[in-house]
Amino acid sequence: MRRSHVVLVVALVVAFAMLLVAGCGETTTTTTVAAETTTTEVAGPSGDPIVIGAIVSATGPASPLGEPERAALVMLEAEINKVGILGRPVKIIIEDDQSNPTEAVTAVNKLIQQDKVVAILGSSISASTLAIKPITEAAGMPLMALAASNKITDPPVDWTWRAPPRDFLAVGAALGYIQNTMKLTKIAVLHDENAYGASGSADIAARAADFGLEIVATESYKNEDTDITAQLTKIKGASPDVVVVWGTNPGPAIAAKNMKQLGMTQPYVGSHGIANKSFIDLAGDAGEGVIFPAGRLLVPASFTDPAQKAIVDQFVAAFTAATGNPPPTFAGHAFGGLTLVLEAINRAGSTEAADIQKALNETKGVITPDGVYNYSPTDHDGLTPDDLTVVMIEGGTWVLAPQ
Amino acid sequence: MTFDQFLQYVFSGVTTGSIYALTALGFTLIYNATDVINFAQGEFVMLGGLTAVSLHDAGAPLVLAALGAVAIVAVVGVVFQLLAIRPLHSAGILAQIIVTVGASLALRTAAMIIWGRESLPLPPFTGDTPIKVSEATILPQTLWVLGLTLVIVVALQVFYRRTLTGKAVRACSVNAGAARLMGISYSKVVLLSFGMSAAISAAGGVMITPVSFMGYSYGAILGLKGFAAAILGGLGNPAGAVFGGLTLGILETLTIGALPMSGASGYKDAVAFLILLIVLFVKPQGLFGGRSVEKV
Amino acid sequence: MPILAFLRRHVWYIAFSIVILSAPLFTGNIYYLSILAFMATRLMIVLGLNLLMGQAGQISLGHAAFAGIGAYGSAIMTTRWSMDPWLAMLLSAVLAAAVAGLIGVPTLKLKGHYLAMATLGFGEIVYILLVQLKWLTNGTDGIGGIPSLTIGSIDFGNAQMFHWLVWGVALLMLRISLNLVDSRVGRSLRGLHRAEIAAMSLGVNTSFRKVQVLMVSAVFASIAGSFYVHYVHYVSPVSYTIIFSVILVTTVVIGGLGNVWGAVWGSALMILLPEYLKRYNQDYTQLVFGVMLILTMIFLPGGLVSFRTLVAKVRERFRGSRAGPVTGPEPRGGS
Repeated sequence: MRRSHVVLVVALVVAFAMLLVAGCGETTTTTTVAAETTTTEVAGPSGDPIVIGAIVSATGPASPLGEPERAALVMLEAEINKVGILGRPVKIIIEDDQSNPTEAVTAVNKLIQQDKVVAILGSSISASTLAIKPITEAAGMPLMALAASNKITDPPVDWTWRAPPRDFLAVGAALGYIQNTMKLTKIAVLHDENAYGASGSADIAARAADFGLEIVATESYKNEDTDITAQLTKIKGASPDVVVVWGTNPGPAIAAKNMKQLGMTQPYVGSHGIANKSFIDLAGDAGEGVIFPAGRLLVPASFTDPAQKAIVDQFVAAFTAATGNPPPTFAGHAFGGLTLVLEAINRAGSTEAADIQKALNETKGVITPDGVYNYSPTDHDGLTPDDLTVVMIEGGTWVLAPQ
Repeated sequence: MTFDQFLQYVFSGVTTGSIYALTALGFTLIYNATDVINFAQGEFVMLGGLTAVSLHDAGAPLVLAALGAVAIVAVVGVVFQLLAIRPLHSAGILAQIIVTVGASLALRTAAMIIWGRESLPLPPFTGDTPIKVSEATILPQTLWVLGLTLVIVVALQVFYRRTLTGKAVRACSVNAGAARLMGISYSKVVLLSFGMSAAISAAGGVMITPVSFMGYSYGAILGLKGFAAAILGGLGNPAGAVFGGLTLGILETLTIGALPMSGASGYKDAVAFLILLIVLFVKPQGLFGGRSVEKV
Repeated sequence: MPILAFLRRHVWYIAFSIVILSAPLFTGNIYYLSILAFMATRLMIVLGLNLLMGQAGQISLGHAAFAGIGAYGSAIMTTRWSMDPWLAMLLSAVLAAAVAGLIGVPTLKLKGHYLAMATLGFGEIVYILLVQLKWLTNGTDGIGGIPSLTIGSIDFGNAQMFHWLVWGVALLMLRISLNLVDSRVGRSLRGLHRAEIAAMSLGVNTSFRKVQVLMVSAVFASIAGSFYVHYVHYVSPVSYTIIFSVILVTTVVIGGLGNVWGAVWGSALMILLPEYLKRYNQDYTQLVFGVMLILTMIFLPGGLVSFRTLVAKVRERFRGSRAGPVTGPEPRGGS
């Protein structure tokens, strides 16, 4: 008994010490290699790297969101280091929160304390973002959120900004389309029970009346539900004009197939959560005609501003080359978040938190795949409803929805 | 709720319920042979579906892809037993249960690395034109799920009651020590049980993938529901497992239909588990009666 | 010298306390302190579950839910009803104990793993309620703005102060567990675990004792949940799924079932190992972790505390049979 304790005490101390050492090392991301190789280029950046932290949900239930974000950041780090920012290389330390707020808290503490980052992107999901927000606020650390919940920036706080369009905008685009273009009034809501679906559904419930819409049924499903016909049967019984489905894959694809099975002919209006190729692959024929709000990234031809089109084309090409797939919306969020932060650092000419804060609040006309950003001390979202478009699935690809 | 709606809820319930039933059956086989609750059971379902998707994508006809997936997962089950469970034979049930927890983490993560994070589709066995029954509809795939579940259950009963090996398995679940004295190789029976259990759950995974797709993370929730179904029917009773699975599936969908308010679907699992609790309190041996319950 | 005898008796407990409580003197790094804080809250839950599993021989698959009751009880009472955090913690613990009693009374009368089955259903129901009762729990968005703990003018929002507070409580629970295992109650509990009929014939009310242990372990879990939310200032249902319950049971067995110190080693391994593995590859972390759990059980079926057995076995093999006889892990709490 006694001797085993000695051994175990030593083991514990060693384990913790290994953590300390590993934490100080450069082993966190493999991408630091990219920074080192590019510094050897003639006109390349030099000096200490500017260290940016990122927390994404690369594993766990939200990994379809977090994984492309991570891929985009890894790809972008290499691209950026061909020129550098302020003449210095950029190092992005990516942490995985496993779609779990507790892990996000540990990760944010590590990024602030251990890695001495100058700004943090993340997290992919609202729960993790809301969990780390008090910590970054207390530390005076700029946080660029990559999640959609209204509560992240409403009301705006000193140190938190957001890259993706928040629920408010996406819901507005979807409901506005139903009211103005489809000219329908009775809607049924089917949403995922995860944070994404619940938050969107709450926003729809709060604002349907503003769009002259009546909600005749609200039902939900769990992400791993194998069949949604029961929920849809109930919705069918309420005779809506249109079914609004708010969730991330695979639920919305199952819903599309089940609606077809039940012979429901109502139009299907989705959310920006299905703005990726996976939905089209899964839903197949049943996905044809599905309408949803999304950033213009999905239909690059829809970019009218030549500057934005050039940026998006470049991003699509680089991401496709790096991963073999066109970038889903979430990759665009990561690109946008990183662009906004680095642009602010570049303009501020400094990596001091207060300077980054001031520069972010003065951001004007910064272009990303998600739109054109104008931040102010009272607006930490930056986008306007015009930045979202409504797209339709036709022939297995995305086209602008008929106006 | 109109009759047609009721019918639709039942159809929906048996589709899901069949998968719970096959997962529960998988639990039962291993539990009966070893007293181990296999927390990796749901991962066998997931592996079955995803392996079939890969084989089909690689060009195998659907039938071969399905059978191949079942065979491969059965091998995974056997190898898992040999490598991880057998060395713990003398260490007690709990150590073996924890090994299954470790295996479920490892298998799930391996699947994430192999197949990626997005769910994958598999075409239905025979088209997806819905069949109308009154005003309710049912997919041909659902009929396949139901039919094959029935075939598996009957085949299992025949195996247990008519074959010598099956009788040996049953003998072991009643009294392993006595069975050994009778010359039955306990370790072979356990190995067989793991293989069969993995195969049955994998078959469930293959059959449900055309209906609901399959992703690396599906195993956890299917395993949980399968375990609940096994308890509901009476842990250790194969017929009870099937009955428990179908009951659980129908309970979930009928909750959606029966609760009048909007948003009832959020409570479907809660109602199902509440009934599970009531059954445990009122009739601890489960609806069909498990292996004996003793009061102290 | 009674003091010397006392010190000798509790040398490991005292040594562990000194090491862990002095950590903030060496590092003010909030990252390390947060890992240790999460280890402390994990330890509290595992200590209770270890008592239940080791002493009463019963498995609970609902301890995530008991922790959730503490976490959400504290979050709701302090943010919505502006209640004093300590009072909220107390009331949540009482609620957790009451619920544990309600589940324990009907199921612990039965022989077999009925508690495991009932707590499985209970845990899932609690999780669904946390998600669905939006007016109370704010659903999946979770509850933010949970205040720090304070005593008078001492603010435990500070990471170092919180470290001493949370480890102080965890060490107290460790002490209670050690004493309980050595006490008459502990002996009667182990008696009922091993030979139920014999214990009964000696006048031990077995099912009543088991319900008591279940309630104590629920209180431990609830208090851990309360401390967690006052540290993170945010709570969401994601943290209280059945998967967390399974991880908790795993922690107990990995550490060493029925050995109070096993709870310490189990918690340390389960918190530190993934954090360490993550440094090398995020995607493979859970895969390697799962395999290491399997290997730990194969080589140390008695958990980490049976390490000595393994060492002795290896030594025996090298030295021949001259070493003394070695048996399995000691069933007692030690120190």
